[in-house]
Amino acid sequence: MAKNILTRSTTFYDEYYRKPGADKKNTTYCPGCGHGILHKLVAEALEDFGVRDRSIFISPVGCSVFGYYYFHTGNIQAAHGRAPAVGTGVKRANPDSIVISYQGDGDLAAIGGLEILHAANRGEGMTVFFVNNAIYGMTGGQMAPTSLEGQVTTTTPRGRSIENEGYPVKMSEIIATLDAPVYVERVMLADTKSIMHARKAVRKALKIQIEGNGFAFVEALAACTSNLRKQGPEAMNWVKEVQQKIFPIGVKKDISDDFEAMRREHKKVKFEELFDLLDVHELNIDKEKVQKYSDKEVRQHFKIAGFGGQGVLSLGTVLSEMGMRHDYEVSWLPSYGPEMRGGTANCSVKISSRKIGTPLVDNPTLLVAMNRPSLDKFEDAVVPEGIIIYDSSLIDRKPERDDIEAIALPATKIADELGNTKVANMVIVGAINEKLELLSQEVIMESIGDVLKKAKFVDINRKAIGKGAEFIRNMG
Amino acid sequence: MAKQFLKGNVAIVKGAVLAGCNAYYGYPITPASEIAEAAAKYVPEAGGTFLQAESEIAAINMVYGAASGGARVMTASSGPGISLKAEGISYCAGAELPCVIVSIVRGGPGLGNIGPEQSDYNQIVKGGGHGNYKTIVLSPNSVQEMFDFGQLSFELADKYRNPVFIMADGFTGQMMEPVNISEPKIEYPEKNWAVKGTAETSDNLITSIQLAHDDLEAHNEKLQKKYSIMEEEEVRYEELYITDAEIVLVAFGIASRVVQSAVEELRKEGIKAGMFRPKTLFPFPKKQISNLSKRAEKFLVVEMNNGQMLDDVKLAIEGRKPVHFYNRMGGNVPSIKEIREKVLKIMR
Repeated sequence: MAKNILTRSTTFYDEYYRKPGADKKNTTYCPGCGHGILHKLVAEALEDFGVRDRSIFISPVGCSVFGYYYFHTGNIQAAHGRAPAVGTGVKRANPDSIVISYQGDGDLAAIGGLEILHAANRGEGMTVFFVNNAIYGMTGGQMAPTSLEGQVTTTTPRGRSIENEGYPVKMSEIIATLDAPVYVERVMLADTKSIMHARKAVRKALKIQIEGNGFAFVEALAACTSNLRKQGPEAMNWVKEVQQKIFPIGVKKDISDDFEAMRREHKKVKFEELFDLLDVHELNIDKEKVQKYSDKEVRQHFKIAGFGGQGVLSLGTVLSEMGMRHDYEVSWLPSYGPEMRGGTANCSVKISSRKIGTPLVDNPTLLVAMNRPSLDKFEDAVVPEGIIIYDSSLIDRKPERDDIEAIALPATKIADELGNTKVANMVIVGAINEKLELLSQEVIMESIGDVLKKAKFVDINRKAIGKGAEFIRNMG
Repeated sequence: MAKQFLKGNVAIVKGAVLAGCNAYYGYPITPASEIAEAAAKYVPEAGGTFLQAESEIAAINMVYGAASGGARVMTASSGPGISLKAEGISYCAGAELPCVIVSIVRGGPGLGNIGPEQSDYNQIVKGGGHGNYKTIVLSPNSVQEMFDFGQLSFELADKYRNPVFIMADGFTGQMMEPVNISEPKIEYPEKNWAVKGTAETSDNLITSIQLAHDDLEAHNEKLQKKYSIMEEEEVRYEELYITDAEIVLVAFGIASRVVQSAVEELRKEGIKAGMFRPKTLFPFPKKQISNLSKRAEKFLVVEMNNGQMLDDVKLAIEGRKPVHFYNRMGGNVPSIKEIREKVLKIMR
């Protein structure tokens, strides 16, 4: 113990070699500044607990931006306010590390308000040391979110007014309302007694991370001697007599006795398992069955349109996936986003024996219209000599064009007769394939289960495909 | 080799995981959300971390932290989200952190819409954030390339200790195509510079602050040297019917798919049109385009923005040949017909 008081902690570098200039022995902090005191308490605790090697110190933006000059730990310098997010990333990547998010009041309570709130709420395994000195020190004395009412700063020349700037933000109280934090305390660095108490809080907060990977938060009221324009003892007295009145010290939350250690372990995975985990499987195709299709010159551009819920998009994916199984080039492009929420949906599908350019179908060779608005919208776009298959059980008009082939397919009626309206789309798949002689019906029937990935509905979908094909055959 | 019918946004995640991606931090936004959804499904299964961050800003800073800690990390978003991430991307570039950032570009400015645009070319290729930095920018035009670049991006990020962007658009993210799935990459470079909370790494520092002007200048010069090596070694592009082309159409991403179709139609009509497609937007294939301009007579840049790559094409051609421009904006995609007509007009 005596050693710690008399000599510099081994958590600090002997010489601050990263610090520019000739002086490698002294810190950049002003005499009497709270940062120097808090650095020392943290450094001694890391040394005493034997975790210096495992520690990662995250320096914020502000006066402690150069924390890495001093701490002989892993060091990361973070963007203004983002230390808890950076800490989250590095801790999740290295669950055995001890992460310290060291932040000032502008950093934590203003620009980084969201990051600290959510890191605390997730109970990230990190220890946060929050220096509240009621001022922006490094930038030269501007108002902090924790500046006191009436406090004159360079940006509140008439004093902080509640009317204009609102109340000082009490972060410890806010953090203490959350479920995940294990321990939240506000301390002050104002005299020997309060510093000795702060020392205990620092150690307890670190222990919670070391032993149980818990989130702990220590707010330290501290003096910024330069910006308060006060000497050391006078500044410390301000902390005790003025600042503490607004920011009462004390434990705001402590569930350390009941807290169960939380580990965030990663699953151990072997490389050979990766394909399975990614749902990547070899295609099960009988090459002989698709052989006769691979020499065929095919260039089909489908537009498939209807109400959301009619299975318009899956009609397209089934056609495309089946096309892929026949070694065709295929592409599928949906309408997406709010366009879908108005109740209509459409997709573009291309199946081709040659490389596909644009996946968007402007002028379909075959239009599937599953409702009246779709027929109205896309009829004119169909290429001359093209085909329109429309659900005649739902659409009360015929296509008007005479340069296309119109097929009235009562898909919904056929699906209803099979017992499930939802398979109307598969009736159409069967009809398209029969009409265009595009794909092997045998292969479709065999692989529909793999494509739909819903074993329960495979039978009825097969039946629907069969009925669609039958309808076309019966048309003659 | 396994073959799978995949959505672009899903393919990119599968490629990434097979390239060893073990951390994903992101925030949902249309039309990029399926990337987060697929990452949520697959990254933890493969032994990594997925976390939906509280904001785009938090997400990129988690990426910064994870990359600092040696993770192979990615995030994805779209225009507005990338704007929010810009500061963090600059920090990643400044601190030389390897990471992968995907942008599924949507219509802008402002809230714009969720249709496909290429209007974030300048944002992504020219920086977006502050300072003298560059990121490698890969531009896929198919789902296969979404998968392939999902893998390649991690390789390049580690090779250069630099952020790598994949710039796609709403269509490339949303469309489905067959993908040949290649085997996982199983050897990764050692990151002995990272901060891992170990004795060996306790002298390591990740930072982008250099207070002394000379130090920061030296750091910047080092970065510029790295970028010029990328320009020497990482240029990627595709050419189509280029050898005898009288008019070269230059396009990237989804626009190049339409251009490809248009060029094929024009060839059938006897017009000697060709296509040049940059696959890397930085490094930009300026030498290749410069050389083409010594041979081909005319150029037409087709973009889904207000003419952003157009500037780079003109810089590469240095006024040697006329450079025409055709564009659509707002989520509209140029049609084959429009491009064909534009070419016919130029060739008249």
